Amino acid sequence: MDKKGYYGQWGGAFIPEVLYETFRELGRAFEEARSDPDFWPEYLRLMSSYSCRPTPLTHAANLSDHFGGAGIYIKREDLNHTGAHKANNVMGQGLLVKRMGKKRVIAETGAGQHGVATATMAAKFGFACTIYMGEEDVARQRPNVFWMEKLGATVIPVTSGSRTLKDAINEAFRDWVTSMDDTHYVMGTVCGPHPFPEMVAWFQSIIGREARRQILAAHGRLPARVFACVGGGSNAMGIFQGFLDDPEVELIGVEAGGHGIETGQHAARLAGDDGSAGVAQGYKTMFLQDSDGQMRDTHSVAAGLDYVGVSPILSDLWEKKRVRFTAATDREVMAALELTMRKEGIIPALESAHAFVQAFKEAPAMSRGEALIINMSGRGDKDIFTIADAFKDPSWKQFIIDKGRQYAAD
Amino acid sequence: MQLTEYLREQKAEKKILLMTHLVLGYPSFEVNREVIRQMVDNGVDLIEMQIPFSEPMADGPVILKANQAAIENGAKVRDCLDLAAEITAAHPIPFLFMTYYNILFKYGVAKFFRKAAAIGIRGFIVPDLPPEEGEEFLALAKEYGIAPIMIYAPTSTEKRMRELAKPGDGFIYCVARRGVTGRKTEFDRDFGDYMARCRRATDLPLAVGFGIGSRQDVDSLIGQADIAVIGTKTIRLVDEQGPAAVGPFIAGLR
Repeated sequence: MDKKGYYGQWGGAFIPEVLYETFRELGRAFEEARSDPDFWPEYLRLMSSYSCRPTPLTHAANLSDHFGGAGIYIKREDLNHTGAHKANNVMGQGLLVKRMGKKRVIAETGAGQHGVATATMAAKFGFACTIYMGEEDVARQRPNVFWMEKLGATVIPVTSGSRTLKDAINEAFRDWVTSMDDTHYVMGTVCGPHPFPEMVAWFQSIIGREARRQILAAHGRLPARVFACVGGGSNAMGIFQGFLDDPEVELIGVEAGGHGIETGQHAARLAGDDGSAGVAQGYKTMFLQDSDGQMRDTHSVAAGLDYVGVSPILSDLWEKKRVRFTAATDREVMAALELTMRKEGIIPALESAHAFVQAFKEAPAMSRGEALIINMSGRGDKDIFTIADAFKDPSWKQFIIDKGRQYAAD
Repeated sequence: MQLTEYLREQKAEKKILLMTHLVLGYPSFEVNREVIRQMVDNGVDLIEMQIPFSEPMADGPVILKANQAAIENGAKVRDCLDLAAEITAAHPIPFLFMTYYNILFKYGVAKFFRKAAAIGIRGFIVPDLPPEEGEEFLALAKEYGIAPIMIYAPTSTEKRMRELAKPGDGFIYCVARRGVTGRKTEFDRDFGDYMARCRRATDLPLAVGFGIGSRQDVDSLIGQADIAVIGTKTIRLVDEQGPAAVGPFIAGLR
């Protein structure tokens, strides 16, 4: 019996026996696809015709001038179909599902972006689709729930545990242990049991491959630093893979600092000292847990970063000091979001705005000849309710009150 | 005496053995004591005590809720070990721990084995630890003479079952069907084929769990399995009728 899917001491496949054959089959399908010379070109064709790949690398001239340091470039994953990098992974897994001949897909979702992307893929490929979403996330990401349902998916609010992403993952697994014969679990991030981290990282590597080419064309040389927000870590792994072999490029992962690391209300597994090694949700990584090994409640304004674990690949890169980790607080995120909208006319998702925070902190001290890249993992339109709340926007509030009255009268 | 031998001896006198389950700290340690007393007094042959975990991936809604409620009530691993020590000292039957791997991992796997051996725990059931990930676990199980209970599922091939049997000891826990704990199981022809496959793959006693909750269910396992496992059903019973209902229920199972 061999031990696969380890990155240093992290990863593995801690799965119940009932899923053993399912994982073997998935691993086989993935290996076959990866070694099939026609598969990646087929994937690229799909992503360039159904989504907007390659996504642009935008030179943020106004922000660069504003900070007066490094040239700031933004990798525009928001311009993917469905508005986030999630589509890269989902469409790739969709092609695998077709190869495996399965008819139904299930997924967990936090912010709802992965759920919308999965529902979209299912509609296009003709699969039945069920999305598990924590009750708390259903409440804060209502527009995405609406779209998932309109796309034909069944959205099941998860009421167990902390009612967020980790609980949605548990429920998706509970579905899968019953339904694995005809169902594929479209894991949304570079977490979970092997081969998910490796597979999702492979599909997301499309971001880094493009970004490397694009920055060389735009800037003439490699960037000094690359910033990405880290929830599970799929957008970060996506862009980092373009630069992992370039030691001169510093890679920075930005986690959710929530109300501040010192308050304990955050989701920083690697930045700060609150994370510790553990095994849950099928893999070994750094978790936010108590001394008994019970997972703790996490907090972030960004549902997509509000998660107890982190990619085993990133835990390894953290341990090897290849990726530096920091955290951005909810308050800092709102300020960076506002500045980016005003200066560049770009609306980052709350998740992505975490990466902007750290880039803005570091840009002024960098030299003018240097470049940095921010991976903008998604667009912020989906967050309109949360953002409007945070800005305490009076005219929006009035609009909702009026709308409520109108619905109540119907 | 080794767990396997104990089970074989008991099986020689009974048509089928009963293993029951409970979640430590749910609804309280006090109720745990009473429930276990009722189970033992009414003839169960062994008991699995689940140490609660916040992410019980293989469990259905009832046991999931029990895990979370136990943790919310403040049940610590330390408290569970203390209660277990008291229970094993008070009752003559074998007790096992069921939990998820993170509980052992955080405690320190070697330290956990040492503690469990000192308490007199006879076996571990860890549903999220396949043998591929359990090198240290299996070596320690051997060292401390605690049976690592391997799990079969209807999706396991006969080849896989033979592989699993090698490091296994005590008995094999056969998951009766796909899915999580707590839903009804149909004991149909497919089930019979599955049990026959299990029987061919190992000489260890076979326990069958998931969805067994009545005398009829237990009867239908006679001749196919050595041990019937009652899990969710007694938790529901305690929720609905209190711990005093457990004794008569167990007594009526065979």
